[in-house]
Amino acid sequence: MTVPLTVRNPAPPVHKNIRFVRRGDVVCLSNVPPGRTLLEVLREDLHCTGTKEGCGEGDCGACTVVLAERDQDHSDQLRFRAVNSCIRLAHSIDGMALWTVEDIASETTADKPHPLQAGAAGLALPDRRRSGPLGGQGAHAVSDRGGHLHPAQQAMLQAHGSQCGFCTPGFVMSLFALYQNHVCKGEPITRTLAQEALSGNLCRCTGYRPILDAAQAMGALPPVRLDTTGLLSKMERIAPVFNALEADSSYKSPGTLKALLQARAAHPDAQLVAGCTDVGLWVTKQYLQLGTVLDITRVSELRRIEDYPQHIAIGAAVSLGDAFEALIKDRPQLHAFAARFAGLSVRNSGTLGGNVANGSPIGDSMPLLIALSAHVVLMSSRGHRAFPLEQLYTGYRKNVMAADEVLAWIKVPKSVSQENLRVYKISKRYDDDISAICLAIKLHITDGTVTRASIGAGGVAATPVRATKTEAALLGQAWTLATVQQAMATLRAEFSPISDLRASSAYRVQVLGNLLQRYWLESQGLQHINLQSYRPEPTNHAGKVA
Amino acid sequence: MKTSTPATPASGSSRFHESARAQVAGSATFVDDMREARGTLYAAPILSTVAHGRVLGVDTTAARSMPGVVDVILACDIPGDPVLASFAHDEPIFASASVQHVGQVLGLVVARSVMQARRAARQVVCRIEALPAILNVHEALAAKSYVLPPVFVQRGDAAAALGQAVHTLHGTLEVGGQEHFYLEGQIAYVVPQEQNQWAVYSSTQHPGEVQHWVAHALGIANHAVRVECRRMGGGFGGKETQAGHLAVWAAIAAYKLQCPIKLRLDRDEDFMITGKRHPFAYTYTVGFDDSGRLSGLKLMMAANCGFSADLSGPVADRAIFHADNAYFLQDVEIASYRLKTHTQSHTAFRGFGGPQGMIVIESIMGDMARALSLDPLEVRKRNLYGMDERNVTHYSMTVEDNILAPLLSKLQQTSSYDERRASISRWNAGSPVIKRGIALTPVKFGISFTATLFNQAGALVHVYLDGSVQVNHGGTEMGQGLNTKVAQIVADELGVAFERVMSTASDTSKIPNASATAASAGTDLNAHAAQYAARTVRDNLAQFVSGLDHCGAGAVQFGGGQIITPHSTRPFADVVKLAHANRVQLWSDGFYRTPKIHYDKATLTGRPFYYFTYGAACTEVAIDTLTGESRVLKVDILQDAGTSINPAIDIGQIEGGFVQGMGWLTTEQLVWNDKGVLTTHAPSTYKIPATGDIPEHFKVDLWPEANREDNVFGSKAVGEPPFMLAISVYEALKDAISAACPAHPLNVAVQLTAPATAENVLAALGRLQAS
Repeated sequence: MTVPLTVRNPAPPVHKNIRFVRRGDVVCLSNVPPGRTLLEVLREDLHCTGTKEGCGEGDCGACTVVLAERDQDHSDQLRFRAVNSCIRLAHSIDGMALWTVEDIASETTADKPHPLQAGAAGLALPDRRRSGPLGGQGAHAVSDRGGHLHPAQQAMLQAHGSQCGFCTPGFVMSLFALYQNHVCKGEPITRTLAQEALSGNLCRCTGYRPILDAAQAMGALPPVRLDTTGLLSKMERIAPVFNALEADSSYKSPGTLKALLQARAAHPDAQLVAGCTDVGLWVTKQYLQLGTVLDITRVSELRRIEDYPQHIAIGAAVSLGDAFEALIKDRPQLHAFAARFAGLSVRNSGTLGGNVANGSPIGDSMPLLIALSAHVVLMSSRGHRAFPLEQLYTGYRKNVMAADEVLAWIKVPKSVSQENLRVYKISKRYDDDISAICLAIKLHITDGTVTRASIGAGGVAATPVRATKTEAALLGQAWTLATVQQAMATLRAEFSPISDLRASSAYRVQVLGNLLQRYWLESQGLQHINLQSYRPEPTNHAGKVA
Repeated sequence: MKTSTPATPASGSSRFHESARAQVAGSATFVDDMREARGTLYAAPILSTVAHGRVLGVDTTAARSMPGVVDVILACDIPGDPVLASFAHDEPIFASASVQHVGQVLGLVVARSVMQARRAARQVVCRIEALPAILNVHEALAAKSYVLPPVFVQRGDAAAALGQAVHTLHGTLEVGGQEHFYLEGQIAYVVPQEQNQWAVYSSTQHPGEVQHWVAHALGIANHAVRVECRRMGGGFGGKETQAGHLAVWAAIAAYKLQCPIKLRLDRDEDFMITGKRHPFAYTYTVGFDDSGRLSGLKLMMAANCGFSADLSGPVADRAIFHADNAYFLQDVEIASYRLKTHTQSHTAFRGFGGPQGMIVIESIMGDMARALSLDPLEVRKRNLYGMDERNVTHYSMTVEDNILAPLLSKLQQTSSYDERRASISRWNAGSPVIKRGIALTPVKFGISFTATLFNQAGALVHVYLDGSVQVNHGGTEMGQGLNTKVAQIVADELGVAFERVMSTASDTSKIPNASATAASAGTDLNAHAAQYAARTVRDNLAQFVSGLDHCGAGAVQFGGGQIITPHSTRPFADVVKLAHANRVQLWSDGFYRTPKIHYDKATLTGRPFYYFTYGAACTEVAIDTLTGESRVLKVDILQDAGTSINPAIDIGQIEGGFVQGMGWLTTEQLVWNDKGVLTTHAPSTYKIPATGDIPEHFKVDLWPEANREDNVFGSKAVGEPPFMLAISVYEALKDAISAACPAHPLNVAVQLTAPATAENVLAALGRLQAS
C-alpha cells in the first residue's frame, strides 16, 4: 500500500510471508501489509468471492470462515473456530488451516460417497409442516465445483435455509465449525447449542427457523471426516518460526513472553493486538493504517489458563470463549451471561485480555471481573506489577500502562461458598449486543448480614467502575428490604451516566437500582424474575397448555 | 421420502430455491463477486456532515493528493439533468448549493482501490454554513414542512359519530422507522461499452428505473443503457429507488473517466445515505359502544418522509388504505401529512405504509377492549368486515373475498388462545416481576400496486433444441424465490421437469419498462406473463404435433417431459427438434396486466387492489417489569397464500416477514441525535433479530383455499402481508404491560412507543402506573 493517512510506525518494515493450509495445500502469500484483513486477501487477492462482506465490523457474520489450530490439550486433534474474516488481520492466520465456504464441498472426503438422491439418507428435519416433498428434487448432492456438498451445506439446502443467499456462506461456515467440534465427536446438536453457535450470524430473510433446523439435521446426514493427521502434518511444516527476521517484520508475533516484552520495548509505537475484534474496526471503519503490528496471540505463556489454589490466572492471549469457559467451570451461573457476550465468532477471536486492556466503558467482562475482585498483571522487560482491575483505567479508554508494558494476566479469585454472584446485562437485543447497563454484584451474606460487597458496573461512566458507595451502603448492614432500598438509592445516585443511542441517562439510573432489587428478590428465592432464565410452558401437540 | 418422478407437477411442491445449491456452495454471484473488467476503478461517496446548510465551497485538494486517487466527481460533472429523474423530480443527484441531511452525497472520490477512495473521500473539505434543521415530525407539523401536500379522506360524519358514541378514547402513538439491513449493501458497477453505451450491474429491485435514471443523468437515450441484476442479497424495498442513486453516481464517474467504475457502500455509509421505513406519529379519537364496536374515528397520521418525496406519496396513501386493517370503519376521517425533515429520504420497505396504517387501528382495538374489560380478540372479531353488509372499505372498495372470521376462529382454536389467556392471567397474578401477555391479530393486505399502471409485466420463454428451457421476466430475485416460482409455472405449462427450466438475470434488454419487483406482486405479475409466454410456445408445439398426428390441437397433452396425443407419445426434446426443422417458433413473449383494478387518485377511492391476502398471528410474550426487557415466547400463524405454488418458499416468506416485523417493533431502534446524525449506524448499534430471539414454538400453517380471483395457480401474494402479523407482538406487549398495572384506570390507554425497547416498555409501565 502507499503513504498512510495515519501512521503508527513510519519505518517501512518487511512484510513477512503468510502460510496456511487450504484445500489440502500450503498457501504462501507474500508482501501482505500488516493491516490487510483476511477478507480483503480472500476476495481481492485470491479472488475467492464466496465469503461476503456484510458489515465490516464483525457483527453480521457474512464473512465467517473457519480456522483450525492444533488443540493445546489434545495434540493429535484440531481445534476449529469460526471467525469473522472482515476484522481478522490476514497475518494472524499464519500457520493455521483455513476453510471458506468454497472449500468444504470439494476438500472433504466422505466415509462413503454421498447418496445421489437428496433426502435418501433419511435427513430427519425436525419440522412437520412441509406440505410438499422435501426430497427428490435437484437430485444430485453435488456442488458447482463437482464435489459433494458438505453436510453443513446439504442440510441448509434441504431445510430451505437460504433465501437471498448473502448471509448463507457465513452460516454454512459457522455450521461447519459446529459440525467439526460437535457432530464429529458424536455430540448431539441441541437447539440451544445451535443458537449459541449461530449467535454471530445475522439473516434478514428467513427468520432463522430453517437454519436452526439445518443445524440440528446435519448430524443425520452421511458423515464427512477431515484428514486430521494429514492436516496436522502439513501445519507442522509451516509452523511459525521465530527467527531474526521477526525483528524487522511489520507484523511481529513473538512466541515467548520474553520476546514479546523485548519487542514491546523496542517498538512502543507498534499496534498491540490480540484477537483484533476491536482494532479490526479501527482499520475497516476509521481507516487507520497500521504501520507495525505486535500480535500477542502466539506467546505460549499467555495462551494458558493457570490454576492456583486461590485463583486462576488467565493469559492475555486466551480467547474470550476459553476464558469464560474457565470462569463458568468455577461459577456455572455465568453461562448465560457468557453466551450473551458478543457472538461466538467474536468470542473465538477476541481475548479477555484485549477486552480489559481496551477499556471500553461498555465492555462486558470488566463489571464482572471487578465484582470478582480480579487483578491485572502488567509486564515489561523492566519487571511486573499487579493491582485491582478497576485501577487500570484513568479515563475514557485511557489506562496506566506504560509504553513498554503489556497486559499479561488477569487473576481471578476462585469462588467461595458464602458468595452470591449475579451479573445482569441490559441490551436492546438479547444476544450479540453491547450493554446499555451491565451490573455485577457479589455479596457475602453471613447470618443475615452483608459481610462482603463487591459491585462492578458498566455503561454508567467513562470507564468500567466499582460501585464503592453502594458497597459501603451494604457492608455490615442486615440483608433486609430496607437495606436494599437504601442501597438502590445510593446506587442510582452514585453515577451520572450519559444518554446515548443505547439508553437514556434516566433509564440507566432507574434500572441500576432495579437490578439491585432483582438481586434482592433472587436472594429471597423468588422464581421467574429474570427473563434470562425464564422459559415458557411447553405446549403439547394438541395445542393444549401442559 | 418420495423421489421425484418426471410426472410430478412442479407447482404446488416445495422445490428448492433455484440458486440454493450455488448459495450454500458460495458460488452464487452478487455484483461485487463478478470478475472485474480491465481498468476498473473504485468510488466512494463524499457525505454531508451537516443536516441542513448552504454549501460555501468544496475543497478537494487534500483528497486529490492522496495515494491512488484518480479524480473527484461533483455536481458540475453531470452531463445530463443534475436533478434525479425520480417521481417528484425533487432530488439533486449530487448536492451542490445546499445540503439537506447528514449523509447527503456531494460527489465521489475515484481511486485505484476501495480503501484509497474511502480514505480520500474523508479528506474532501466541504465548507457548509449550517441552517436550522427540522429533525422530527412534530417540528415539521408545526412548520407545515411538507414534501407533498396533505391528503384527507373521509366517509360519513366522524365528528357526529364521536359526539354520539357511548365511549370515546383519545390517544397518541409514535412508531419508529426501520433500516432494511439487506445483508448485501448497495452496489453498482458501470462498464462503458462501445458507441456511448453503458452496461450497469446493479443490485436493484427496479432495473427499468435504474436504466431510465442513468440515461437521464447522462443525457442519452434509454436504449443506450442496459441494466442487469442476477440477484440481490436482500431488498425489502430498500433497493426499489435507492439502488438507482448509486447507479447514477457510478455512471457519472464512468462517463467522465471513460472506465469501469464500481461503487460499493460501506455499511455505515449505507445507513447514512439511504432511506428507511417511514417513522410515523399519530393522534386519534375513537368512539365505540359497550360491545366494543367502533362507531367513529378521527385519525391523524404524520409520516416522516425525510428530505425528498421519493415514494412517500404512495407509502402514505397505502397507510390510509390500511388504516382499517380488517375492520369496518363506519364514520371515519383521516388526515395524512407527508412531512419534510432534514434526514435521509425515507422509502419503500416491506408493507409500504401498510404496517404504519395497521398498527394504529390494532392499537386502538386493544385499547377499546381494555377500556371495556373485554378480551381484545372479541373486540377485534366484533369489528371485522362483514360478508354482505359492513363490507365496503373507507376507500369504496367492496371486500369480496373475506375469510377473516373463519380464519381468526380457526387460529383461536389451534393456538388454544382462550385457554392460554386464562392460564396467563392466573400465572400473572402470582408473578410479581415477570408478566406475560398474549394477542391474536389479523392482517388484511391489499394486493396490487396502488398506481394501476405498474400492474403489468412481460416475460420471455425460450426453448432450445435440446428441449431445455430458459425463462426471463421483468421481475428481480432478491431471495423471495420469484425465479423458482416462475420456473415451476413454466415447467408445468410445458410439461417438462423443473430442472429443465432455467431462470436468468433480469435485464432491461430482454424485458423493457418492467415495474419494480414490489408490492408483493412479483409472482402474480411475472409468473403470469411467463405462463402466457410458455403457453404460446406450447400452442405452437401442439399445433405442430396435431398436424403430425391428425388430431385437434386441444387433444395434445404436455406432461412428464412428453408430448402426448391420442396416437403417440413423444419426448418433448424430440418434438422440439422436429418443430425447429419445420420452422415452428420455439420462443415467445408473454404479457400480463392485472384485471379489475382502478382508482381515483384525487379522492383515493375505487378498487386499488385485485384481491386481499389474509392472515393472523397469535403471539405470547413476557416482560420484565423491573427493566422493561421482553421476550417473544410463542408464535402461531395462520396465513392465506391461496394455493401455494411453493409451500416451503411461502413459509419462508411468512417466517422471515414475521421476524422482520418483530424487529421493527422490538429491537430495531433508529436514533438520530440533535445534530441529525443517525447514531445507530451499523449492526453494532442497530439490532435486527438474531437466532436467540426466535421462539422455539414458532408454528406456521397455510389457509387451505385457493385465491377466489383468477390468479396464477390460484396462489396469493405473500411477500409483504406476514410482516404485519408481527403487530401481534406489539399488542401482546401492551397486554402484558396492562397486566402489570391491574389497578390502572380503564380509560387510560397503554401508551407504548414503538419499537418496544426495554426503555420504552419501562416508560409505558411508568406512565400507566402514574395514571
